[in-house]
Formats: sequence, structure tokens, C-alpha cells
Amino acid sequence: MTRLLEIENVSITFGGLKAIDDLNFHVDEGEIVSVIGPNGAGKTTFFNTITGLVTPQIGDIKFEGQSLIGLDPNEITARGLARTFQNVRLFPQMTILENVMVAQHCRTNQRVIGPLFRTAAWKKEEAEIRERAEKVLGFFGHRLVGYRLEQPAFVLSYANRRRLEIARAMATQPKLLLLDEPVAGMNPKESEELTHLIGRLRSEWGFSIVMIEHDMGVVRDVSDRVVVLDHGVTIAQGSYEEVSTNPTVIEAYLGKAAAESEGGGSLDSAAHSGEGAH
Amino acid sequence: MTATAANTSDAMASAPGVRSATDVDWRRSANIGGILGITAVFIGLVGMAVGLDKRMLIDPVLSLGYLFVLAIPLIGGWIAAREITLEGMTAPIKGARDIVAGAVAGLVGGAVVAMFLVMLNAWDLQELLPNWSDALLDMYTFGQGVGVGIVLVLVVGLVLGAIGGAVHVIPAKPRRLLSIAVQWVISFAVLEAVIDDLLGGFGLQAVADVIYARRGGLLIIPGLIIGAIAAFVAHRFEGKGAELKTQYMELEPERKNQVSKQGLIIMVVLGIVLPIFLGKIVNELLSNVGLFILLALGLNVVIGRAGILDIGYVAFFAVGSYMMAFLTSPLAPWRESDGILSAVFGWLPVLNWFVALPIVVLTAAIVGVLIGTPVIRMRGDYLAIVTLGFGEIIRLLFLSDWLAPTFGGAQGIRSIPGVNLGFAEINGTDPRAVFYLVAIFVAIAIYVSSQLETSRLGRAWMAIREDESVAEAMGINTVTTKLFAFVVGAILASFSGAIFAAKVGSVFPNSFELLVSIIILVVVIVGGMGNIPGVMMGAVVLIGVLGGPSQPGLLQEFSEFKLLIYGALLVFMMLKKPEGLIPNAARNRELHQEEALQDAWLKGDKPGTTKDEVDDAGPAPSAADIDGSLGLGGATS
Ligand SMILES: Nc1ncnc2c1ncn2[C@@H]1O[C@H](COP(=O)(O)OP(=O)(O)O)[C@@H](O)[C@H]1O
Ligand SMILES: [Mg+2]
Repeated sequence: MTRLLEIENVSITFGGLKAIDDLNFHVDEGEIVSVIGPNGAGKTTFFNTITGLVTPQIGDIKFEGQSLIGLDPNEITARGLARTFQNVRLFPQMTILENVMVAQHCRTNQRVIGPLFRTAAWKKEEAEIRERAEKVLGFFGHRLVGYRLEQPAFVLSYANRRRLEIARAMATQPKLLLLDEPVAGMNPKESEELTHLIGRLRSEWGFSIVMIEHDMGVVRDVSDRVVVLDHGVTIAQGSYEEVSTNPTVIEAYLGKAAAESEGGGSLDSAAHSGEGAH
Repeated sequence: MTATAANTSDAMASAPGVRSATDVDWRRSANIGGILGITAVFIGLVGMAVGLDKRMLIDPVLSLGYLFVLAIPLIGGWIAAREITLEGMTAPIKGARDIVAGAVAGLVGGAVVAMFLVMLNAWDLQELLPNWSDALLDMYTFGQGVGVGIVLVLVVGLVLGAIGGAVHVIPAKPRRLLSIAVQWVISFAVLEAVIDDLLGGFGLQAVADVIYARRGGLLIIPGLIIGAIAAFVAHRFEGKGAELKTQYMELEPERKNQVSKQGLIIMVVLGIVLPIFLGKIVNELLSNVGLFILLALGLNVVIGRAGILDIGYVAFFAVGSYMMAFLTSPLAPWRESDGILSAVFGWLPVLNWFVALPIVVLTAAIVGVLIGTPVIRMRGDYLAIVTLGFGEIIRLLFLSDWLAPTFGGAQGIRSIPGVNLGFAEINGTDPRAVFYLVAIFVAIAIYVSSQLETSRLGRAWMAIREDESVAEAMGINTVTTKLFAFVVGAILASFSGAIFAAKVGSVFPNSFELLVSIIILVVVIVGGMGNIPGVMMGAVVLIGVLGGPSQPGLLQEFSEFKLLIYGALLVFMMLKKPEGLIPNAARNRELHQEEALQDAWLKGDKPGTTKDEVDDAGPAPSAADIDGSLGLGGATS
């Protein structure tokens, strides 16, 4: 398997707080990796670092063998990384279609001349953008298509906003998809469905995926590998079974005393207690 | 605050049924009355009342000044009697109570004015307040002296306030007809110059003479007839407008396009034909409006689309004007000085306007890049302040002694020829020709902005306006994308500047003050940011009616108070209607259509759709749901 993303000894400090501490991490092509950990563990900061919103003081991030350090977020997206946000950040006044069309910006190149002179190349590109947008939206069934295409994103329900955000990330045509708590706030039925879709994102669309998730059911169902962060440090990694029985992990979630008294409770319940803040 | 709260609970307790006439929130009415009185005093002291008294609206009873003053208790009474019904609550039944509420507000307002009149009569503060005058006293006492005047003011306040409150009581239909009639009469009075001009152009001067008084102002009887006709027409065709609209909405997309196209053609033909019948003054007005439409469309790309708050936009207007003057004026200072410019470019002939235009546009684009590059990396307030600085720097450069050999300093550049078409020359002496020229460029600007808006670049602008960091994370190079907006804006402003130079025949630094930027900004905001028809409407209403920074509008009497009104309008719009006069129509329509569409959807018009799949749980599900699904019921926490 080829290495897609390689993170070496990265540290991020906010003021005095070490949000990420000497982190090593990697994703191989075709992998689905889940990142779990209690609130404030540094998971979102980890995504922000990869996507260039935060620049690490130390360490290197390599994507397909090339360093991403110093690149602007848009350049990183152009390299083939795309993300969603924990607190959904759509373009609310833009239509659903526009949200997904605009995400293809770095894969297209018509600017002023094309639209002004209605050139053939421009028409072709616009048609392709629209076609791809509809295809991506169609991945979520009929929820985001039909009459919905022309509606502003703010009319969507919470779950649909999450879906649209994934669609928008898909539209940038990434190699690696970073999903920050994709099922947060969804009901069990919806999150089960999305779990299934995440699997299809790999099998049908060929994306490798890193997913931050609190819902252990989802983590169990889709991940090849689970990485546990706490206080910016990787405290464990491996398959779901390995990680979920790891005493250090349970301790991180429940605190030392609880871990001992329960004599090794399950991670399912532990992660759930750490889930507090949606 | 407490008063309002108390009122709400009262209203809730006695919501259904008719309330007694004394069931009034006295304190609120009195407060509104106080504000009314202060507003009336303010309008008097800034000189608006007396200044606008000279313009007759309805001869001989109502001047523009009196309209302003008397509208205050009317509107105030209406506000005092207004109640906001929360969704899901039954609306209170309107009745005597509302008339009382309005009357109280009007009476209190009248009392404030009466006190003011006593002071006005007793003291002489003219040195302090220039408009503290007998003329004001005379006007506010209806020419009856203080004693009778005070009583009159109280009575008028009471009656107009009551009428304002009574508006709520009149059933909807007559209210609508009355309001339409009043709107038409006032429009006929305010638009006297245009209507007179238009009637004259069609050879109907006789009609104009019958409607309007010799010294200006609509005559009473024709006014009543106009009102009656308007009300009759509104009654006759009630609901027809909405019917047509739904008919249009139900058309096939292709047919819809066709109808829109036909509408557009009619507009274009009107735009070409109408000015032929209009006189000089109205054509002049239209060409000024056109120049500002161009500027507003340009700024709309920058601020409305890309969200870059540029308050030095006049810089590009200045660059366009100066560059055109520089290239086309035979008396441009640089030709006569013996500096490097004349040595190097001395061979350059005086250019024709059309030949110079590409150079002007290119220069504006380059200046756009030069100013834009450092500015665009900033955000929000910083950006606004820096653009303001650059706007002033450009003007000061043109004014400076240093560049005086090139641009003429305070003297500016004179003798700019008009636009030479070969067979004729378009210049300021023929405003109709200028209007046609402007109209062509407005059409170009509309085409350019609408094409760009719906393309890749326009979508990227919108994304940046919505959330710049997310736009960047989604792969948009925000710096170059914003720079494109800046340059497109600069080019549209330079069109306006180029025409302005040829129209006026000379350019001076003081035509490009900060005020121009601010007025364009107000036009864009009041019209409706990010929306082409809105922005155009803003220019028509503000520049056409009130006038531009140095151009008179339809209501020339306003020129003294223009900035006051601009300011008031801006504040009002920001508070009450931030989306502008014409909000983005397409988006609104989508919102209104939503319910109908969703209903159709739920009824299963789409095969294979169950309610469950459509009906996404809105907000986060309850904790119990999650627990249940994971089989963890109460294991933790
Ligand atoms: N931009 C920032 N500035 C300062 N502190 C931050 C910033 N972003 C995150 N942090 C801090 O870093 C820690 C990790 O946060 P985060 O990555 O959001 O955690 P998680 O996503 O795992 O819940 C928290 O203590 C948070 O307060
Ligand atoms: Mg987080």
C-alpha cells in the first residue's frame, strides 16, 4: 500500500497550551482511519493543521511524498485533501447546487473571458461543473436534488446540512477526505445510513478517509484503524477491538479511578460519556 | 422595556374580543408622541420645513415642507396604534383603542411643538441656530400667531394622530384603495417636472397646464380626479397583478424565458423611444442617473458580490475621468509643460474618445491591481479604512503641485472634447445623446455583472462573502479571486469616469471627494446589495429624486438637505430593511415556493418517496435516542 499522508513529529501550541504534542500519524491509500478521543483532545486542531488553517511550529506533513507545510489552505485542497467542519460551515445564502459547484473551483479554470464571450470551452466547463455537482448530490439519494437544488442552504435540516457539507468536500475531487464528526446530531437511523455511505465513499469513489467520530458504533463499523488522541498525544492505535479494550484508552475517557473500579469497562460507554458537547 | 412587556401580557390576557377605548399603553403612546414632537422641532431647526415650503405640491394647500411636517403625526399615530402579533397568536381586533392611541401620540407631539413655539416666540436664538426664525414660527402656527397657533398645533396633532391610528381600523380593501390614491396623487405632485416635460414632448402641454398650477403644484380638482382614477383602476383590476404573476410562474421554463425576453425588448424600446419626447432637464437627470448606475453596478460587484467593503471606490471613477482627459484634451497640461512626459509622448496625437477608451480601461485595471494587491489581504474594518485612504490619496495626487504639470493640480484639465462619432459629437450640451451613450455602457455593465455572477468567478465571490476561511479551505484562491472583483469594479467605474469627462468637458480634483464614494455606497445599500435591479433602482430613486453629490435631482429643493436625507435613509434601511429596496428576488421566490413544493413532495408526487425519508429530524435528537441505539441505556453519566 502506498503512503498517502504522513505526519512527522508535529506540535501545535496555543499560548501555553500544547494542543498537539509531537504527533506521528499516517494514512495509506484506501484506508479509513478513525480518530477518537475526549473533548479537547486536539482532534479538530489536528484537522486544522493538515488543511493548513493552523501551521505547525515543529514537524512535517507530507501528502503523496510532498510537504504541505507553508501551503495555503486552497493549495492544500488542490493537492487532493478536503474536509468537513465539526460545526457545519456551509455557504448558507448560496443554493445547494451553488455550494457544490463552487467547491469545484480548484478543478476548473474559466475566469472572465469565457463567460463574457460565452465561449465553447466555458459552456462545456459549466455543463461539466453542474453535471458533477448533481452526481455528487445524487449520492445522498433524493434529499439534496430535485427542487432542493435551487434552494438556499440555510433551509436545510441539520442532518441534510451535514450531508451537503460532505457533498461539497466530495466535489473538490479529493484523494483524502477528512470528516469531522460526520454523524454528530443525527438520529440513529440517519447515522446508520451515513455509516453505510462512508463505506461507499471508499468503495465507489475511491476516497481514503480520516474521520473524527464520537459514535463508537460508526467507528466500529467503518474503520480499518483507530487512533486515540488525548491531550494532543497518541495514546493508542490499532484495530477497533484492540483499542476498545486498551486500559489506557478507557482511563483517558473515564479517569483512572473509574477505570479501575469498573475493572475495564467497555469503550463504547466510555466514549459516550466523553461525547458531551455536540 | 417594562412598559412593552406589560402591554404584551395585557394583550395576551384579553387577546380575543373587542377592547375598550381606554385599553391603551399610555406610556408608549406618550413616548412616541415625544419623539414626534422632537422630530418636528428638528426638521424645523435644520431649515427643512421652511426651505421645502417653497415647493408647492398641491396648490395652494400643501407644500413639500408641510407634507414633511404633517406626515410626522400621521406616521406616528400609525406606529402608536400598531401592535406586533407574534406568530400563532390571534391578532387583536382593531377599534376605538387604536384611534385613541394614535390621538394621544399626536397630542403629546403637538404639545412638544407648542412648547417649542412658545420659546420660539419668546427668545431670539438666531445667532446660535440660524433657522430660529419668524418664518418658522409663522409656518408652524399656520400663519395664525402664537395664541391661535398653539391651539391649532394641538388640534392638528390630535386629529392627524387619530387618523394615523384609524388607518388600522379601516378594513383592508378601502385602506388599500386609499393608500394607492394617495400614492398616485403625491407621485404626480412630486414628479411634476418629469410629467410636465413628458406631456410637453407628446404635444399635450395643454393637459399639463390643466393639471398643474402656473407657479408649480398639482391643482386640487385634478388631484382629486387622479386619486379617484387610481383608486378606481386599483379596484377594477384588483388581484389581476397577482394572477398574472402566478400565471407567469406556472409557465414552462422555455415559455417563461420567452416572456422575460419580450419584457426586456419592451423595456429597451421604451428606453430608446422615451428620451426623444423628454426635454433637456429630464434627459440630463437620466444621464446622471446612468453614470451612477454604472458606478453602483461596479461597486456592487466589489461589495455586494465579493463582500469587499471598498469606501474609496471614487478613486477608479477619478482615474477614468482623468485618464480620458489626459488623452483627449488638446489643452492637457502635460502637452504644454516641458517635462519628460511631453518629451516622450509629445508625438501622441489628441485621441478620439473611442481610441482612448481601451487605454483608460487598461489604466483603471492596473490601478485596480496596484491598490487591490495590498488591500485585499486585509479583512473587515481594516480593509475599509485602507481603501478610504487610497481613495483620498488618488484625489490628493491629482490635486498636488507635484503632479500639476501632468494633471493640472486644482485647475484640473479643461477643454475635453465630447465623444466624436464622425457625424456628430456627444457632449454635455446634448444630454439626450449622453443618455444614449450612458445607456449603452449600462447595458454592457449589466451584461458583464450578470454573466460573471452566474459563472465560476461569481460563485467564488459569493463563497468568499459568505465565509472567507471556508472558501479558502474549499480550494478558492481568495486573493486572486478578490482581485478580479476589484479590477472588474475598477473597469466599470472607469467607464463612468470616461463618459463623465466627455460630458462635463473638464475634470477637477474636487469632483472626486470621499462623499462620492459614500453616496455610491448608500445607493448600493439602499437599492439592495448584490442585486442588479435593486442597485439600479437605488440609483434611480436616490440620484434621480434627491440628486448626486453635485448633480441636482428631481427635487432640487432637497439639495441643501440631501446629505441629511441620505444619512437618515441609510440608518432607516440598515435598521428596518437591510436587504434593500429590491431584495434578491430569485432567492425570495424560492423561499416562498418552498412550502408548496414540500407539500407536493410529501404527498408522494415523486414515486418511491416515503414521508420518513424526506422528513429529516431537524435539530439534534434526544439523548434517549442515542442511548437506545447503542444499547447503553444509562450505563454511564
Ligand atoms: N485557535 C485556537 N486558539 C487557542 N486554543 C485553541 C484553538 N483551537 C483549539 N484550541 C484549544 O486546543 C484544544 C484542542 O481543541 P480541539 O482540537 O478543538 O479539540 P477536539 O476537537 O478534540 O474536541 C482545546 O483545549 C482548545 O481550547
Ligand atoms: Mg473537535
